Amino acid sequence: MGKNLFQKVWEKHEVYKLPGGRSQLFIGLHLIHEVTSPQAFSMLRELGLGVAFPDRTFATCDHIIPTDDIKRPFADPLAEEMMQAIEKNTKDFGIKFFSPETGYQGVVHIVGPEMGLTQPGITVACGDSHTATHGAFGAIAFGIGTSQVRDVLATQTMAINNFKVRKIFLKGKLGKAVYSKDIILNIIRKLGVNGGIGYAYEFAGDVIDKMSMEARMTICNMAIEGGARVGYINPDQTTYSYLKGKPYAPKGGDWDRMLNYWESIKSDSDATYDDVVELDINNLEPMVTWGINPEQCIGISENIPADDSNSVKEALEYMKLKPGQKMKGEKVDVVFIGSCTNGRLEDLREAARYLKGHRVAKGVKAFVVPGSYTIRKQAEAEGLHSIFIDAGFEWRLPGCSMCLAMNPDQLVGDQLSVSTSNRNFKGRQGSSTGRTVLASPVTAAASAVAGVISDPREVFSI
Amino acid sequence: MSLGPIKKVSGRGVPIIGDDIDTDRIIPARYLKCVTFDGIGEFVFYDERFNPDGSSKGHTIDNPKFKGANIILTGNNFGCGSSREHAPQSIKRAGFNAIIAESFAEIFFGNSLMLGIVCATMPKSEILEIVRIVEDKPEEVIDIDVEKKSLIIGGKVYNIEIKDSAQKAFLEGTYDSLGELMRNIELVKEFEKGLPYRF
Ligand code: SF4
Repeated sequence: MGKNLFQKVWEKHEVYKLPGGRSQLFIGLHLIHEVTSPQAFSMLRELGLGVAFPDRTFATCDHIIPTDDIKRPFADPLAEEMMQAIEKNTKDFGIKFFSPETGYQGVVHIVGPEMGLTQPGITVACGDSHTATHGAFGAIAFGIGTSQVRDVLATQTMAINNFKVRKIFLKGKLGKAVYSKDIILNIIRKLGVNGGIGYAYEFAGDVIDKMSMEARMTICNMAIEGGARVGYINPDQTTYSYLKGKPYAPKGGDWDRMLNYWESIKSDSDATYDDVVELDINNLEPMVTWGINPEQCIGISENIPADDSNSVKEALEYMKLKPGQKMKGEKVDVVFIGSCTNGRLEDLREAARYLKGHRVAKGVKAFVVPGSYTIRKQAEAEGLHSIFIDAGFEWRLPGCSMCLAMNPDQLVGDQLSVSTSNRNFKGRQGSSTGRTVLASPVTAAASAVAGVISDPREVFSI
Repeated sequence: MSLGPIKKVSGRGVPIIGDDIDTDRIIPARYLKCVTFDGIGEFVFYDERFNPDGSSKGHTIDNPKFKGANIILTGNNFGCGSSREHAPQSIKRAGFNAIIAESFAEIFFGNSLMLGIVCATMPKSEILEIVRIVEDKPEEVIDIDVEKKSLIIGGKVYNIEIKDSAQKAFLEGTYDSLGELMRNIELVKEFEKGLPYRF
């Protein structure tokens, strides 16, 4: 019987079976950022330990970095302190740091892939729950906590229990103005925010095969929102074409050797899974969330559930919405296009394509935060920034920005934002009463233009 | 990194009712701006406990009758969301060393294990039964026995579920994994040479 990609990659990286039943798993690529690593470096120093394989760790700064003015010192002294800490730690331990000066800084899950570090068949860990993003390349990627960051720095391994694997097979074709963001929201809606606990999700189906790497990353990015710590897609020609020529991608003879390896770790056609789920996406609409977790979402023409369960009640009270109402037509205060979910070039191209010739509605604060300098530069070369600026969007510097609002980009009071990020938790966007509606970049753009939550097919006559 | 085995946790419980209590609620992102975990305990559940003007919302943690409790009683999918270890760190530094829930989010569970916070699961009906007891008699002591996977309150014994690998790690004092991992460092170095890729 065949094996799936997860099993193969796991076997290739299992160093040792620890006595308690966990595995000591080798982490081929470790990515760090400024929020979850400083404490890990302090622990190393306290214990007098070094970094075992400094060439396997790469750093960026994304969570706290301002997106308007990055003159040093930063206006926020705490942010400045964290920036200095990552500068010092990477320097002291010989770790490559993609700082803003290098021209490669950006959100960690965007930088890894575009630098060609994220490759099929590797294991990736990062002190960030959206690490599953890298699974889009057929890597097995884990979000980890700070003590595990310490473990990986000190040993390039971590202690972890094995996973079950659920194949999510998508049937059908994408409708107009429907994107991978809408697919993953729908998957989470169907399987629940904790449906994936203990599982790695393998996403498959014709629609996935036809997707760009960017769109695949959006899907894997949100696996964790469905409880699955790991999400992945088998590598194929799309993956290899994306990788070819990227700064850290294998070159020359190494490329051919690695290509063989990449082909060898794909799920076998007779691979076994612990669970298989089939989902039909034929009638999928643009999706929006109405509640306080990503499972609480509906198609744009649907109504919010009218049941009186505690979770619905709590969500609607927080969101200031009524049971049974539509999301369409709700007044919008802020529109944020960015984050490791939807801050890639393709997302910006798609939003700009429709925004051209439109204006952001009066009273709406709309801004675009490209996921990285690489993306920002390319977007500017294509003139996308002018389209956004002409439409009334602000054009910012790269970072996580209002995805989690650790920098100055924050909601005020109970403002409602339409956001292309991945979490609509209470207080997520910087105000303890702020309200977040998750959507695709095109739905976000349409809502910015209309000033209310909108169906992009109507606003842009798609 | 052995911090000593954990065989039992005893103390009083505090109910923090609700499902899908995420890490942004456990510790809002603005309190992540720190280069050490010191002092982070103060901010646990901050926005659930305090209004924007700093006045209390009357959260159970701040209810005098639950003062000094060290065991959290909660719902389904506790700790979902981000991988921030700040969440279990703030819980631990606020004085909690066990959490009883219907289920836990995975990264949170792993992070808590590292810190020696005992995360155990029970069916909802039994958790609610215990919640009723502590609401009536907050001074009633809860005894969690990691080895026997049991919880005793008011003379009644309940079964609790603790993952076998976690149980073993608590009993052997290896829940902080670094010691175990370091032991094999030579093996790791050899292993790395055989890996098909580097950067
Ligand atoms: S963009 Fe958002 S989800 Fe992505 S790494 Fe940054 S904070 Fe996390």
